[in-house]
Amino acid sequence: MQHGTSLLELYVFILAGFVGFFTITRVPALLHTPLMSATNAISAISLVGSLVLAGADRGMLPTVLGFVAVTSATINVVGGFIITDRMLKMFKRADRRPGPAPQGQVNGAKK
Amino acid sequence: MTPRDLFIEAAYVVASILFILGLRSLTIPDRARRGMQLAALGMLVAIVGTVVNHEIVRYEWILAGLALGTVIGYPLGVYVPMTAMPQRIAISHMFGAVAATLVGVAEFYSLGQGAQVGRVQMAALGFEVLFGALTITGSFMAFGKLQGILPSRPVTFPGQNVLSLGMFAAAVGLFAWLLVEPANPNAFYAMVALALVFGISLVLPIGGADMPVVISLLNSYAGLASSATGFAIGNNVLIIAGALDGASGFILSVIMSRAMNRSFGNVLFGAFGSPPKASARTSQGLTVHAITPEDAAIQLAFARLVIVVPGYGMAVAQAQHQVRELAALIERNGGTVLYAIHPVAGRMPGHMNVLLAEADVPYDKLKEMEEINGEFKNADVALVIGANDVVNPAARSDKGSPIYGMPILDVDQAKQVIVLKRSMNPGFAGIENDLFYRENTAMLFGDAKASLTRLVQEVKQG
Repeated sequence: MQHGTSLLELYVFILAGFVGFFTITRVPALLHTPLMSATNAISAISLVGSLVLAGADRGMLPTVLGFVAVTSATINVVGGFIITDRMLKMFKRADRRPGPAPQGQVNGAKK
Repeated sequence: MTPRDLFIEAAYVVASILFILGLRSLTIPDRARRGMQLAALGMLVAIVGTVVNHEIVRYEWILAGLALGTVIGYPLGVYVPMTAMPQRIAISHMFGAVAATLVGVAEFYSLGQGAQVGRVQMAALGFEVLFGALTITGSFMAFGKLQGILPSRPVTFPGQNVLSLGMFAAAVGLFAWLLVEPANPNAFYAMVALALVFGISLVLPIGGADMPVVISLLNSYAGLASSATGFAIGNNVLIIAGALDGASGFILSVIMSRAMNRSFGNVLFGAFGSPPKASARTSQGLTVHAITPEDAAIQLAFARLVIVVPGYGMAVAQAQHQVRELAALIERNGGTVLYAIHPVAGRMPGHMNVLLAEADVPYDKLKEMEEINGEFKNADVALVIGANDVVNPAARSDKGSPIYGMPILDVDQAKQVIVLKRSMNPGFAGIENDLFYRENTAMLFGDAKASLTRLVQEVKQG
């Protein structure tokens, strides 16, 4: 936890914010729900911090909090990416309707 | 830098790049799926990079958490129906915020209850737990409203505004104190508690129709909490992913507010002290024209251009498959069917698109408001299914109306408007809709799904 670097971190934050802004303003309204679930899954990267907490030797309370945090973040990682994929799989164009079913995964599983 | 640190940093860089590429792929629907699979790979890389961290000395709690999270997360990904997507998204914001908040609290605790926390780190921790805690309870309230556990109408009581803002001010005050004097556990935990309560009082007074803004805003807060976690523990991939999420939620909430012609403040605090102001116009002395399914079916069967306008009512009735079936019949008769999607139709951004895509409606037929509004004058029939405020002409003309100035779908320009509606109750905003009383509007009363099933039968026979 060296904190001479926090100014650098601020740069990272601001630049990432710009990248996010310019990328996401171009996402069509069509995909706004998958966008939400996607960013939610991605921000479950807080799992990285939780993992260290749950595995480090800092006493019982931090370990238990870390365990709960790992669980919560994992729910979002697993559930988030699956549900995003499930949604994106549904969006098809008219002109290639019977089209190339990606990896034959499109089956009657949606319900 | 040891080889191990180098490996970890490399994993984080790769993960960050894959996340950004994944989000970029969402700008092109055909590539979106592959792109997000790459992002998922990025997540895996980041996890692998993390577990070799030298600070980790044992793995049983990690494995237990990963296993339990997978057991809960898998069904939430695979089995939740598309119609339940708004509440599903709301609850996932809660999980994200729980992780961020707990990391913040544990960090504070294990650094000598703040004694070894510098001011800069305290700033990061403060933002982390503030945003995190209010997102936890706020998202849970949003989930409750969307799931129907809590009333979806605004829940208000006198003095709520003052109480809420007072709590928020107190939390910010404690935060300021902590910045001066970080070794102050009481202030820290009181701040967390206040933020938790503030989250409840923030979302409780917000009505169902305003949920798209609230969900987007909570999305943004969850992201900012993750980002602040990155600052607090000095981890760049967290900062980047959190910033992406924060930006996304922020953009969506701006788009949603704009689509309702309202400011954030108005959405968040608008329910206070405003029991639906009697709309300027009432329905007194006006009559609606009811239409039978048979007559409606004839119009649809011979229409060359039909524009379907779905709203929350379609989602409630889960009628998207019947819509698709009806459209297929109209198309077989040589007609064209397009779908007009208002940005705030439904309970979350993109709600209608997901439902119609689920019913196999090709996405190039789903048109955004600006794109479709010019088409209504060419439409033989505009079929409004469970939408109300987004098609209310009062938004254009009636200065006394609460939704005046909100951009709407110009359905009234179609030659014939057919409105599928359960009854004559006003919409969620509680506003009378004079579209229903127009000469070229016909009302088909009943449950949207039942009405559509009837229409399908009639068109088939006709």
